[in-house]
Amino acid sequence: MITVKSLRRSGLGPADFTVADGECLAITGPSGAGKSLLMRAIVDLDPNTGEVSTAQMTRSQTPAPEWRKHVALLPSETGWWLDKVGDHFTNPVETTRRLSLVGLSPDALNWEVTRLSSGERHRLGLLRCLEGQPNVLLLDEPTAALDPETTLKVEDLLRELMADGVTIIIVTHDPDQPVRLGCRTMRIENGQVVA
Amino acid sequence: MNDYVSLTYLDLVFASSFLVLNGALSLWLKLGLERKLAIAAARMIVQLLLVGLLLKSLFAVVSPLLTALVALAMIVLAGREVWARQDRKLTGLWGFSLGTGAMMFSGVTITVIALTTQIQPDPWWTPRFALPLFGMVLGNSMTGISLALDTLNTAATRERPAIEAQLLLGRSKWEAMRPFTRRALRTGFMPIINSMAATGIVSLPGMMTGQILSGVDPSEAVKYQLLVMFLIGGSTGLGVLMAVLGSVYRLTDDRHRLRLDRLTAP
Repeated sequence: MITVKSLRRSGLGPADFTVADGECLAITGPSGAGKSLLMRAIVDLDPNTGEVSTAQMTRSQTPAPEWRKHVALLPSETGWWLDKVGDHFTNPVETTRRLSLVGLSPDALNWEVTRLSSGERHRLGLLRCLEGQPNVLLLDEPTAALDPETTLKVEDLLRELMADGVTIIIVTHDPDQPVRLGCRTMRIENGQVVA
Repeated sequence: MNDYVSLTYLDLVFASSFLVLNGALSLWLKLGLERKLAIAAARMIVQLLLVGLLLKSLFAVVSPLLTALVALAMIVLAGREVWARQDRKLTGLWGFSLGTGAMMFSGVTITVIALTTQIQPDPWWTPRFALPLFGMVLGNSMTGISLALDTLNTAATRERPAIEAQLLLGRSKWEAMRPFTRRALRTGFMPIINSMAATGIVSLPGMMTGQILSGVDPSEAVKYQLLVMFLIGGSTGLGVLMAVLGSVYRLTDDRHRLRLDRLTAP
């Protein structure tokens, strides 16, 4: 469960909404409307005001690193700071088991970061995000660079997470994705929630 | 020091003829360097003549206040140089004061300790010892600090996704910045490491050469050079460390965010 109350930052807000355990909220709207800004504000990556809480934690009373393990964001551009893919993971054994679920070769952790395609980066970024077992998962266009078949695989994984009680907020430009995932939708235009 | 050979101004004119030849070559080959060469040479002549006069009168007066004032002016000029050599600088007062403060702390501390415990002129702040020593220490810290800060600020901007990816995985700001902090520190230390490693083999340091030319026993000159290199190494290291850690502190905040809004555009 996650509750967002009068969340504001430059170019956005106020935003108010709640997403229950195991539920999914899809955020839609034109490019540049503030969807990514909203996601960044929820995990406190940019200065903002307002309160965000889950059943277990209140943001303002939680150190930022702990909050970001609890409410994890997969940004649209994933970052890598070491040469080898596997060195970015804390639990390679568990992750290796999941590689096939998102259509990646079991060898993927031995790859060099520089040779990853954008679709591979996204899927590996998602698996890295899941290592911390977040209660709330924020996904910024996670399947934008994927072919339809792989997209369906990733959506299967997301549904599995929701069945385990994980709350998901997903930014998407694919009008059918919210339907397939069974998400409620929220539209943002010019930094304001319009529906 | 009795075999010291004094130079006449005519000697200098002869020596400069090679530089004039370079200027003529530049004109002939249309390199467009003659203007820059001429301006730089003119600046050097005026600045050195003035500094010679200034030092001569300072050494004659031996006033603690004047010595301190000159040292302060050197710090401000070096601080401006550090500030100007960064592509992206911290906004506001931080931009100037971080590098300047780090240089001032490390340079002053190390020079004062060296003067009071090792060289021990009487009084310890005698300008003939204090100012040249401080100048060498400051000049080298300046190079190290400006390289380190430029590297750090550029890396923070360019590697934003990598830094934020670590923050998003629940790492602290210090952990997330560590690869780039380390890179900046290495860059800042590089000139002094290189010059220590190459000294005596590739090049004879300017100060030692100067002493030998003015008749000092080479093994005495070497001792002075070693002292100076240790002081330079120490103060560069300390200054670079302070400036980089201060900059990391300013580029992040207590909610473990990367604050690129605190950097100016290039």
